[in-house]
Amino acid sequence: MQDIKKTSSVMTDTPKSHRRSRGLNWGDPFFKSATFLFAMLVLTILSGIVIVLFIDAWPALKQFGPAFIWTSSWNPVKDSYGAFVPLVGTIETAVIAMVIGVPFSFGMAFFLTEMCPHWLRQPIAIAIELLAAVPSIIYGIWGLFVLVPIFQKYVEPFLIATLGSVPILGHLFQGPPIGIGVFLAGIILALMILPFITSVMREVFAAVPAVLRESAYGLGATRWEVVWRVVLPYSRVGVVGAVMLGLGRALGETMAVTFVIGNAHRLSMSLLAPGTTISATLANEFTEADGELYTASLIALGLVLFILTFAVLAIGKRMLLRTSGKGGLA
Amino acid sequence: MSVPATKLNTMNRAHVRRRLRFDSAMTVLSLLMTAAVLVTLGAILVTLLYNGLQAIKPSLFLESTPAPGSEGGLANAIFGSLVMTAISVAIATPVGVMAGTFLAEYARQSKLAEFVRFINDVLLSAPSIIIGLFVYGVVVLGMGHFSAWAGIAALAIIAVPIIVRTTEDMLSLIPDSLREAGAALGTPRWKVITYISYRAAFQGILTGILLAIARVSGETAPLLFTALNNQFWSTNLNAPMANLPVVIFQFAMSPYEDWRSLAWGGALLITTAVLALNIVARLSSKGKRS
Amino acid sequence: MSSDTLTASAIGTSERPSLGDQPAMPEKIGVRNLDFYYGDFHALKKVNISIPDRRVTAFIGPSGCGKSTLLRSLNRIYEMYPGQRATGEVMVDGKNILKPNADLIELRTKIGMVFQKPTPFPMSIFENVAFGIRLYEKLSRTDMEERVHWALSRAALWDEVKDKLNVVGTGLSGGQQQRLCIARAIAVKPQILLMDEPASALDPISTAKLEELIEELREEFCIVIVTHNMQQAARASDYTAFMYLGELIEFDTSEKIFTNPSSVQTRDYVTGRFG
Repeated sequence: MQDIKKTSSVMTDTPKSHRRSRGLNWGDPFFKSATFLFAMLVLTILSGIVIVLFIDAWPALKQFGPAFIWTSSWNPVKDSYGAFVPLVGTIETAVIAMVIGVPFSFGMAFFLTEMCPHWLRQPIAIAIELLAAVPSIIYGIWGLFVLVPIFQKYVEPFLIATLGSVPILGHLFQGPPIGIGVFLAGIILALMILPFITSVMREVFAAVPAVLRESAYGLGATRWEVVWRVVLPYSRVGVVGAVMLGLGRALGETMAVTFVIGNAHRLSMSLLAPGTTISATLANEFTEADGELYTASLIALGLVLFILTFAVLAIGKRMLLRTSGKGGLA
Repeated sequence: MSVPATKLNTMNRAHVRRRLRFDSAMTVLSLLMTAAVLVTLGAILVTLLYNGLQAIKPSLFLESTPAPGSEGGLANAIFGSLVMTAISVAIATPVGVMAGTFLAEYARQSKLAEFVRFINDVLLSAPSIIIGLFVYGVVVLGMGHFSAWAGIAALAIIAVPIIVRTTEDMLSLIPDSLREAGAALGTPRWKVITYISYRAAFQGILTGILLAIARVSGETAPLLFTALNNQFWSTNLNAPMANLPVVIFQFAMSPYEDWRSLAWGGALLITTAVLALNIVARLSSKGKRS
Repeated sequence: MSSDTLTASAIGTSERPSLGDQPAMPEKIGVRNLDFYYGDFHALKKVNISIPDRRVTAFIGPSGCGKSTLLRSLNRIYEMYPGQRATGEVMVDGKNILKPNADLIELRTKIGMVFQKPTPFPMSIFENVAFGIRLYEKLSRTDMEERVHWALSRAALWDEVKDKLNVVGTGLSGGQQQRLCIARAIAVKPQILLMDEPASALDPISTAKLEELIEELREEFCIVIVTHNMQQAARASDYTAFMYLGELIEFDTSEKIFTNPSSVQTRDYVTGRFG
């Protein structure tokens, strides 16, 4: 390296011709403002949604007032609209999806975290995440072409025959087995949000410190007991958060439901009857709606749905934040 | 020395046996549940493959959507989906990356950042049909007619939160010591971010964009009243444009056999694209795990 | 205690302890009454120290004593983080760099920094070294190549990477990465090099190589090195400053500090009574 040292004397000050001009540093404030602006854009979009929905729904809101929420008529001819039937359908399908989906999600999360042999864990986890990415319309058309005939021919007659005659509960399972209806929509919805809730639950379970699990096993607890008595209570808030997020998705889901719900503005005790949800109503009727009040009422439906899902999502998010303490930097 | 078998001991043993039986039952139950779900989801893919492959022929890609009863393909819908997806993601990417940069590099843990993150996550999970309504109210009513541009706007709004989230997550993974090394050399902050942070997080940010593309290509609801549909071949972004999801929706619900077959074909195309993108995104992020 | 006269205001060369047969060097960095705060936490308390040019000065002390804090005040890198602030004066070549309107960019060209964990940028070896240069100078392709060659040679890395200048920086071994960071720092021709525990993440062989390098670089640069390894400080530095709980306890030639320190605290630390 001696020869390099000799030439080091050549490396003196850079001649002025070579120096980069260094005026005021415009780059920094400009870039910072730019990122700030785009971040504000995100906020603007959300507030924009609320404002635009409100404005466009105003004619209906003015006409019907808060009674809109519990009015059950839906009559384009007489221009009388109410959100009750779609709202009930939205909640019904979502509840069915949760009642079926959450236990299954929990079962899968339990299986994956405690019981699954290690080599199988990753493949199944990946499969679930890929399935969560499948667009909802696929679930919808599969439900329409595959599940409807099965339900028509086997499942629903079976349910009517068995549960239909049970006192009280039986009212839920009455009527002609046409296949399509609220029940089937709920099942498709359950299938759709299963991968999502399972992934989030798995993450929540995995975040439980290993020492906690080890202590429980060390005391002689069985696998089920470890999860049910230690992991679940510890991650209770996160699990509820995951369920809330799933519920939020279920409430807002359109395509999985629209194909199989029957699109009937009818209230019925039976789950096997056709019905409608807010998003299904919008999907089916919006483009054909004529008349200011009709359109405004549909948008008012959208506003109701938005507020509902916002509330559910907000609660779910806060619960998840409280557990994992996410948002930390490296 | 043996412990005398007291009543407590015998009770314990029975109790333990019961616990173990219960555990086995739960184990079996969860195994069955997992199997049931995986089998059902697998069945969906199999049905999709079976019905969709029947529709895959050259005409699918070469001819536009037909009137009921005649032959045709999905060329206009494929084109429309490709174009609208590409443009919407192209718009969403700079917005998302910049907003994510703001959260990860500047605002970090501040109250403002928490608020923006929260709103972003709400947008991420908001019902996409509502976003369609919003864009209808702004773009469609504003322009006076349905158009591909409206569809693009709706899809971009869906894509932005995804890209914001992944960009922020990826940038947060970069240790501050790298930023300090840049600053110690006298590098202005914006160059530290663009030349160093972005380079380091490049792979991850790209993954986020791929995931956004995958999500957007499957969305139907937001297109229902923005881009609408177009029976014919069209490259006019100012007019309604055909797209795969809406075509599938219409054709599947119809009573015509050839339309339904085309619907399956389209469904297979979308699913293949979405799964392929997800797999690629997953593989590329795995390679970066060093 | 003689340590008082040393710490109070050791400015001129006449007042700094001599290194025996080596010529006395002028002050390069003069710290006067420096206080540093992390939020409300008072991390550095009225530190006064005169760091000479073309010598290696080591900061030693137990964890939390403030040695890294002191080092990082010298190039104001702490300003990246809100809530961290310094009061007092840090004179570099006679100019107080803590003044609000001091030219930060000029400061950072004069002072280079190497960190505990090697931080190669996610780009090729060549690009890593060229990065800093490009910020300040417009060099032709051949000039740039010459400069990169020079920097890598000075950092004792050229022979090992000359055939793979296009390989990404993170592909090197730990010791090589650290030398790359040194090359990157000296490529912009600073006059001062700050090193924050540069060898703590390296194996003994790489550490030895690094200490050799520091010995060579000492002829051209004012080097300040923070280390928790006392043997390293004894081996590699000319002067040593012992710090404890935010205060400068003793500053003297390394020989004196490690063989016959004036302060009891210094003696206890250096002999391993606490750490």
